[in-house]
Amino acid sequence: MSRADAKGEPQPMPEIKMHLLVCCGTGCISSQSDRIVESLKTALKNRNLQDEVKVVLSGCFGFCEKGPIVKVAPDNTFYVQVCPEDAQEIVDEHVLKGRKVQRLLYVDPETEEHIADSKHMGFYKKQMRIALRNCGFIDPENINEYIAQGGYQALGKALSDMTPKDVVEEMKKSGLRGRGGGGFPTGLKWDFAAKQQAGTKYVICNADEGDPGAFMDRSILEGDPHSVVEAMAICGYAIGAQKGMVYIRAEYPLAVKRLRKAIDDARTTGLLGEDILGTGFSFDIELRYGAGAFVCGEETALIRSLEGERGEPTSKPPFPAEKGFWGKPSNVNNVETFANVPVILTKGADWFASIGTEKSKGTKVFALAGKVNNVGLVEVPMGTTLREVVFDIGGGIRDGKKFKAVQTGGPSGGCLTSKHLDTPIDFDNLIAAGSMMGSGGMIVLDEDNCMVSVAKFYLEFTVDESCGKCTPCRVGNKRLHEILEKITQGHGTEEDLALLRSLAQTIKDTSLCGLGQTAPNPVLSTLDNFWDEYEAHVREKRCPSGKCKALLSFVIDPEKCKGCTLCTRVCPVGAITGKVREPHLIDQKTCIKCGACVSACKFDAIAKK
Amino acid sequence: MSKIQSLDALRKLQKELTSATDLREKGQNIERLVQVKVSMSTCGIASGARETLAEFMRLAKERGLTEIVFTQTGCMGYCHSEPTVEITRPGEEPVVYGNVKGDRIREILDSYILRGEMVDGIIPTAYRTIHE
Repeated sequence: MSRADAKGEPQPMPEIKMHLLVCCGTGCISSQSDRIVESLKTALKNRNLQDEVKVVLSGCFGFCEKGPIVKVAPDNTFYVQVCPEDAQEIVDEHVLKGRKVQRLLYVDPETEEHIADSKHMGFYKKQMRIALRNCGFIDPENINEYIAQGGYQALGKALSDMTPKDVVEEMKKSGLRGRGGGGFPTGLKWDFAAKQQAGTKYVICNADEGDPGAFMDRSILEGDPHSVVEAMAICGYAIGAQKGMVYIRAEYPLAVKRLRKAIDDARTTGLLGEDILGTGFSFDIELRYGAGAFVCGEETALIRSLEGERGEPTSKPPFPAEKGFWGKPSNVNNVETFANVPVILTKGADWFASIGTEKSKGTKVFALAGKVNNVGLVEVPMGTTLREVVFDIGGGIRDGKKFKAVQTGGPSGGCLTSKHLDTPIDFDNLIAAGSMMGSGGMIVLDEDNCMVSVAKFYLEFTVDESCGKCTPCRVGNKRLHEILEKITQGHGTEEDLALLRSLAQTIKDTSLCGLGQTAPNPVLSTLDNFWDEYEAHVREKRCPSGKCKALLSFVIDPEKCKGCTLCTRVCPVGAITGKVREPHLIDQKTCIKCGACVSACKFDAIAKK
Repeated sequence: MSKIQSLDALRKLQKELTSATDLREKGQNIERLVQVKVSMSTCGIASGARETLAEFMRLAKERGLTEIVFTQTGCMGYCHSEPTVEITRPGEEPVVYGNVKGDRIREILDSYILRGEMVDGIIPTAYRTIHE
């Protein structure tokens, strides 16, 4: 575009002086961040700044609680909860006049200070971003930005300077363990696959993220798809495979779109396909869509689904490394595991192994959700305590309530309580504490959560998702769920409590695959940590947190009731009777426990018991 | 885009592409760089602050300087000496120069920014910012 000054003489093209990064992850897009991009571009054009300032769509910054995020480089200003309507003000104030828009800055909840630079926010201070290194930093749809950040050089280094064996050894040395849940050492897995003698082998990326509330893998694929593409090619070289498959959920359309573009761009630039970087090594990747079945996150079920069969697990051995996709040796790793691989090769296994705890190296990404102030995506070094994650990064519990537990590991995991707050998080410590790392979902529960209901919720999920192949999982979990339902309805007996434990243990011991073997974990872990709540439900027919409606009764305090009749008018089932200016009464048989009377009462006279 | 033929070609391409993300990269390590803040007050802009910033950036690029980052700031209050520029060399106190235009831009860049030698035209700062 040519520019001219007032006299019509051409001016040199100005340097780009500023980048405006707009988060375009699924979360922020649902809050219209795609419109923010357009509005910013228009606002810049209005002030004739379009050649000096670049608007970049980026991946997830992680601070989803405060999205949509707009970050300004190089002055590192971090704007939160931006609307498309704020675009012109950002351009006029910040871009043109150098003044930060105060009202869009993050306000520290404790000091009430405006914090402009994300580096000074509690949410980011204790984080260390390896898997998420490029998320919120580069434009995921632009391969040049990935290359500018040193992208594909790990692949180049592996192909040019290392033998496949070297790569496997480096991965072993790094101590990287599978981030999908099991925590199996990645280097060993690669080694098994590499040692198989076969003409055809496969690299499979498990992008079937299924834990409720988890979005780590989706965010990596949306924010930095090339890191996964590069890692899969490295893995292909290491184990001797020429073909990669990504098994991805069809309900992740944005991740699919960006991954597809990444694969296409990598092919066009010769970083995938025949004779990569002139080394003679060929590798290509294909996408396969999953219909969103939880069991397909289990590698043998995933492979069946890839083949077009029903997503049902098979017993191991044979492991996929021996007989996987179409009976060929296959190596399955999860998205986050792959995202770590290029960094390990460029920075070295020793560097990676220096981070984390003795047996869990590197970092872990967690999707922090639930009753915590800062919901979002966080990446911390292994060994960070739960307290640091929930209180320092997460900003503590919402509305000043009391912390009760953190559910980790999704439906396969368990609950950690306040006594575990100072436990350093790593694979082994979490298992010792009766939970597991899982893929990284972390759901924070407060005093209002009923733990029996939490266990019931997860079990409902696994009952739904059980493929039905083996009896312990298909029938056992169903029965387990029925007992929990009975308890929350107030009909539980002492025998039920004993049966819960023995049945849970049996399912664990006898199920075919990981889904069934871990499905009772939420029950067992809440039985261990919150026995008193089960007891209260069964013996006193009382739900301590007031969640189980069947065990709840609303009672009017005759001392406080003024007889204003407001509650009788709001009650949808006509359960409240009483004369004007006389205490009212709730008929417990008719009451549906909706709580409308409690919110309506101006005298605080109705109590939940 | 044509195919990248070798690791060396990839490395070369990375060098050519650094400008794609280097503003963001600099933002991450801003304390380690020379920070040049140009005041974009109304009087500053009227006195040529935007041209000053553009010229600084052009000269820095011409000299191949990478350890320097240019940002903007609001009115610093020195309306008598616009355009004003605050320069912070890593680990040093910030210095404010006034009337930064024309040849003074080159002078400040080559003497103070590159070698740390003060040049005329420093505005003594009598304020403290809340960041200190």
